[in-house]
Amino acid sequence: MATPSINISETPLVLYTLRRADDALILGHRLSEWCGHAPMLEEDMALANMGLDLLGQARELYSYAAKVEGKGNDEDKFAYLRDVRQYRNLLLVEQPNGDFARTMVRQFFYAAFADLFWRAMKNSKDETLAAIAAKSEKESAYHVRHASEWMIRLGDGTDESHARAQTAIDDLWAFGGEMFEADDSERALIDAGVAVDPAALRPHWLKTVADIVSEATLKLPTGGWMQRGGRSGWHSEHLGHLLSELQSMQRTFPGASW
Amino acid sequence: MVTALIEKAELRRRAWDVAAGVVDPEIPVLTIADLGVLREVAVTDDGQVEVTITPTYSGCPAMNMITIEIELALARAGFSDARVRTVLSPAWTTDWMSEAGRRKLREYGIAPPKTSASRRGLFGVEQVACPQCGSLDTEVLSEFGSTSCKALWRCNRCREPFDYFKCH
Repeated sequence: MATPSINISETPLVLYTLRRADDALILGHRLSEWCGHAPMLEEDMALANMGLDLLGQARELYSYAAKVEGKGNDEDKFAYLRDVRQYRNLLLVEQPNGDFARTMVRQFFYAAFADLFWRAMKNSKDETLAAIAAKSEKESAYHVRHASEWMIRLGDGTDESHARAQTAIDDLWAFGGEMFEADDSERALIDAGVAVDPAALRPHWLKTVADIVSEATLKLPTGGWMQRGGRSGWHSEHLGHLLSELQSMQRTFPGASW
Repeated sequence: MVTALIEKAELRRRAWDVAAGVVDPEIPVLTIADLGVLREVAVTDDGQVEVTITPTYSGCPAMNMITIEIELALARAGFSDARVRTVLSPAWTTDWMSEAGRRKLREYGIAPPKTSASRRGLFGVEQVACPQCGSLDTEVLSEFGSTSCKALWRCNRCREPFDYFKCH
């Protein structure tokens, strides 16, 4: 029998923090799926390392959301006892790993954003979010460099790697827009100096991405239509499958701990 | 009153020495004081010890272990119910690693981090001396090594691969 999902009092700050925690947890889990499967040992370790960074960021953010909410939830309950519709991560980060090029394009799009995001978040008037940002931005600087190097290597590599990288860019591009959106609940936090205005990061993100993609001899799609939904809990079919694995232990043995 | 203050300062000094002796489980030649992970040791009026540590990386799995090791070490030294608190701010930087720590790392075969962890360019080039032969003719094999805080390098002169403690 399935464990019932938890209730969450989604005040703007709780929701805002959970959304960022979910991004980190879900992308971290995707990277962990490469463990033992990466194309070479060094890359296996790199992906696991970055997954660990993201998991660490997720834990800090979940713990903070729990503290702000003050309803007895904690990091484990947020991660293990919420159903798909309660997850608020970007659609981008839940997309399946696919081949290595697809994983790297997803990583590149997100890391280039996260690096800007955490740097800006260091100036938040919320002390805890600013402190989490100060740690996370150092990690994201490594992530974006790693992904950028792979973009160039894949794009400017063989015909095969070039074609795969281009396909991945074309397929994932429509998930990039969601990173720069803010709803009314976030806008209030942005006005209060607590949250980062993501729209202001977009020109910088676009420049980094365009520069690297061009150096990689790849092309950015020209289409402007963007898919959204993850931030309000409408996900692609992939997240449910991911959660069934991530949550299987707690769903099978409710309350199990070690 | 003065005696009580002196006793408290003495207690704090003893507790600091005990906590400072705890080693990093993944780099056992370094103590948490060498690493700069140990930030503060305070003694409350009723004699309870509160230790403050800061994580190196967000996801560093050694932090849980270090917390337990500190509590155990203090309990063994007679400080029961000591508390360990983790703070994120100010964020840890490799600049906090002591000179002794850098020397011990090098002797252990790990290249110590450069000082002044400044933000590097996207493809900034670093020069890291081989901890075995000292040559600067080295190359990076992977930005991500055996733990979150290390990268994997290789010396082109003596051909030894080595860990480099990343600047952070």
